[in-house]
Amino acid sequence: MPGKVKEIERKPLSLAEKTFLPQIVSGLKVTCANMLRKKVTREYPDVLPPIPPGYRGMPTLVKDPDGREKCVSCQLCEFVCPPKAIRITPGAIPEGSPDAHVEKAPQEFEIDMLRCIYCGMCQEVCPEEAIFLQNKFTLNGLSRQELVFNKERLYEAGGTLQDQHFKWKKKKESEEHGNAQH
Amino acid sequence: MDWIQLAIEAGFGLAFIIVVMSMAGLTVVAERKFCGFIQGRLGPNRTTIPILGSIPFFGRLITRMGLFQLVADGSKFLFKEEIVPGHVNKFYYNLAPIVALIPPLVPLVVLPFGQMTLADGTIRQLIIANVDIGMLVILAFSSLGVYGTVLAGWAANSKYPFMGGIRASAQMISYELTMGLSILPVFLWANVPGSTEGLSIANIVVFQQTHWFVYLQPLTALLFLVALFAETNRAPFDMAESETDLVGGFHTEYGAFKFGIFFVSEYAHVIVGSGLFVLLFLGGSNFLPMLPNPWPVGIPGAILSTLWFIAKTSALVFFFIWIRWTLPRFRYDQVMNLGWKMLLPVAIANLVFVMVLLATITPVAAQ
Amino acid sequence: MSEESKKPQEVTINIDGKDYKVPAGMNLIDAVKKASGKEIPHYCYHPKLSVVGNCRMCMVEMGTPMIDRATGQPILDDKGTPKIGWMPKPAIACASKATDGLHVRTDSPMVQDCRKGTLEFLLINHPLDCPICDQAGECRLQEFATDYGRGYSRFVEQKNVKPKRTQIGPRVMLDDERCILCSRCIRFCREIIKEDVLGFVNRGSYSTLTAYPGRQLDSNYSLNTVDLCPVGALTDTDFRFKMRVWFLKPVSSICTESSVGVNTEVWSREGKIYRITPRENDAVNDSWMADSGRRLYKQVEADNRLLTCKTGGADVNFGEAVTKAASILGSAKLAIVGSAHSSVEEQFALALLAKAKKASVSVPAHVGEGDSILISSDRSPNTRGALVTGLVNTLPNPTLSDLESAITSGKIDALLVVREDITQAGIEAAKLAGVRIVYIGTHANATSQAAQVVIPIPTVFERNGTFINQNFRIQKFNTCVPAPADMRSELKVISEIAQAIGIEGLDGLTVSQVWKQMTTEVQELTGLSFESIPDHGTQLQAGRFASIRFPEGPSLHYTPGATSIAKA
Repeated sequence: MPGKVKEIERKPLSLAEKTFLPQIVSGLKVTCANMLRKKVTREYPDVLPPIPPGYRGMPTLVKDPDGREKCVSCQLCEFVCPPKAIRITPGAIPEGSPDAHVEKAPQEFEIDMLRCIYCGMCQEVCPEEAIFLQNKFTLNGLSRQELVFNKERLYEAGGTLQDQHFKWKKKKESEEHGNAQH
Repeated sequence: MDWIQLAIEAGFGLAFIIVVMSMAGLTVVAERKFCGFIQGRLGPNRTTIPILGSIPFFGRLITRMGLFQLVADGSKFLFKEEIVPGHVNKFYYNLAPIVALIPPLVPLVVLPFGQMTLADGTIRQLIIANVDIGMLVILAFSSLGVYGTVLAGWAANSKYPFMGGIRASAQMISYELTMGLSILPVFLWANVPGSTEGLSIANIVVFQQTHWFVYLQPLTALLFLVALFAETNRAPFDMAESETDLVGGFHTEYGAFKFGIFFVSEYAHVIVGSGLFVLLFLGGSNFLPMLPNPWPVGIPGAILSTLWFIAKTSALVFFFIWIRWTLPRFRYDQVMNLGWKMLLPVAIANLVFVMVLLATITPVAAQ
Repeated sequence: MSEESKKPQEVTINIDGKDYKVPAGMNLIDAVKKASGKEIPHYCYHPKLSVVGNCRMCMVEMGTPMIDRATGQPILDDKGTPKIGWMPKPAIACASKATDGLHVRTDSPMVQDCRKGTLEFLLINHPLDCPICDQAGECRLQEFATDYGRGYSRFVEQKNVKPKRTQIGPRVMLDDERCILCSRCIRFCREIIKEDVLGFVNRGSYSTLTAYPGRQLDSNYSLNTVDLCPVGALTDTDFRFKMRVWFLKPVSSICTESSVGVNTEVWSREGKIYRITPRENDAVNDSWMADSGRRLYKQVEADNRLLTCKTGGADVNFGEAVTKAASILGSAKLAIVGSAHSSVEEQFALALLAKAKKASVSVPAHVGEGDSILISSDRSPNTRGALVTGLVNTLPNPTLSDLESAITSGKIDALLVVREDITQAGIEAAKLAGVRIVYIGTHANATSQAAQVVIPIPTVFERNGTFINQNFRIQKFNTCVPAPADMRSELKVISEIAQAIGIEGLDGLTVSQVWKQMTTEVQELTGLSFESIPDHGTQLQAGRFASIRFPEGPSLHYTPGATSIAKA
């Protein structure tokens, strides 16, 4: 709003101000007070930071309470991943396996942790609630290849999700139950 | 020449260099530590040496104080690969760190670092070379210090070091004037007409047994202090380095041990400058103004007074650090404006004022 | 169809308040799409199949100008425009045809309501399989559910259970829960391939798609049902769970299975081909394609694929191979075996080389049995190209008896073979020992075994060019995936060899450069350029070849001896 600009004339400096000395002294006071204050440093490896809820750490794969791998390799996370850190090779679950009714599971699931930007979009997009960004925030390795996590390492890091959806289990039950209600 | 006397003086000289160099190292640690404190951090507190660090209380204390950092920093500079860029002028490039380190060390010989009361009650200033042109020696050598900087800037054959070197020389010339002019009143005051002591610093220290120049001539002290900051290239006058606009300034092309020498010489400068200020304005090894010196007779008194001098110097070094982490860097034109348009006229006016004062009123202490 | 007059008349229909001119009698869904670009959602309707109207998704409001019965004059409203008599209930667009004065509302609240209602019913029993369903991403149900779905289900009862993972044919997997009973697959089998194998059993919500007892969907065209299926009920066992479609990049190509020249789309991701689907071309293949042609992409990563240049069985670099080839082909007693699998450009370049060397050229024919639909008896894609470019002057023969006798008599001592295995063309492998052979091809075979120099070249998926099909229709194929590392195109190889044996005017050949020369030297191609050939191809005037008796029998859009030749 150009009409409302109010020009304020800069006050000429007083003699004391021209010498800078009062300002320097007040500055020294500030730094001195700071020096005596309690330090804010967190001594990291000894003292770990509190992890707030909803923290986005390392992405991991989880299993359901029955130990079934939740991922069905729909590849939505691979699609949505902004840095293209996820690489999935889909595969079929062989007939005869207890999870044959799920039909599809990842043959291989790789996340390149060096590429991952911890945005959490994979978690958000996952229709099966199989991928979660967990609390782990320190990752290191001796080679680039070492930080490309394969399926085993992702499940090992992810553990079990204690949810009670059992979508596929219910589906299997109804399959066995059939159309008996009619 | 008395060979024994010479050997003793050389020994003292060596001891002096060792003390100043280790103080320079400690100052680096202090700088990092206080910088951390001022910024709400802890500063270096992790570096440790396996066996020393595991001594129950003491080891942990030293580790937390960051003293081992000194060793780590030093050995890092020592063991890093010495890279000499292809485009430099090799001779001057190698010469520059040496030229930078010698000037702050030479003036040590004319600094009276303590005093010894002899059995017969006479007081002797402890000094390696008590020459009557002591102050001139200091001025001469400390202004040589800029050659190291300029040489580094030139030899590096690269634009930022070059600009750093140019700035350093311009700044040195500007503030050398003020510095000289702010020393003169002190010597005018301390020397009665016809005195033979001339520019001896020991004389100044003796003079300050009862009154210190810092309150006899506060304006002179202030001018000297400001000029000293500028001469040592310390913030807020570190134009020659000025990371924000000159990358690393004059030592951009230097690394490893050569850079380490520049680093140490800067701190040696600070320590010598602090010592000089203590000698000229804060009574040197004298205890406190208007109090008689409590130093006992003989060697113990000499040691105590020396420690007292070192304590004063350390306090001033702390002040240097404190200022550095408080004030932002001046702009180059501001440095020039301050030097030529404010400090120089004030210094001249101050000199004239003191001269007139001394000519009309007999100074208190000169009686 | 009998009502259709010979010349399509234009009629005016009004779509959402705007008048458009469309051909009379056109199906309303197609007419609306063609005239206004608006899509009327539909599942069961397919332009190439009969109309059944069982999905009820394409409901629109229709009306016609009202006529005063007494006078026969249109009734006008207050503004003086004809008053429209809207039908009280919506009607399905697929069972309606464009007639003069027809008014359609495709997006009115009532139409939207209809679609929402239809969709909700369709979704009642539809499983939540999208994460594991191969159709996801190209599923019409998914698409319309985002447009008209309610986002949650009001259905609290148990969903119907139907058979899942049923193999109804060697290449087709059926998931009945996903089926929305559109019957496209049933109609395809009955009407297009005339093999009635699919049908619905049970009634109401228990209706289930199934193959007739004891029958299988084992036609060579069975995978077209997968393409037709608007949902994921029918899936290709080869493509099943291999890759999500949203990662795949489709590139227009041409099927090399036979001289029909089926238009295809090749779907690849990061240089790997995952599937081939037909591309609609009403002059060649409509929307269909044979199953066997869909598997041709496997040749790209076949075990016997040639990847490196070889001389005497040892790997060498390209330069050395060309030098060695030139030392063999420099011979005055040279013969060339061209290929009907090479593109028009490549055949033309080879013809130039042959002319410069005065070498005789023979092209073996690949003859199989035609199925009268989309596989002809000439199993090479570009036999017409070899004639048009002048590579050969007579119809290729399956056996190369002339060449054989030339080898036996010692009339030739050097042989350049392109893309063909001459041991399959009546020349015994043992006889090849008598000549020195340079083989340029994609895969290892008996000829490459016998060759002194082997230079690998790209397959149809890794290069671009044109083929001329049985109808003398010139059609473009594009590079779908990059060729393996360090592999030169056939044109490049011919050009390098020509240079190495000192033939002028063949250096630095590229497709567009060859075309510049072809338009002036080949009479059928006059006025054409590679860039100007549309995706659907261009018909060539080929009267020059009217006397040749081609082996193909009739197929979908081909009658032997008719069409193009008659036109010329």
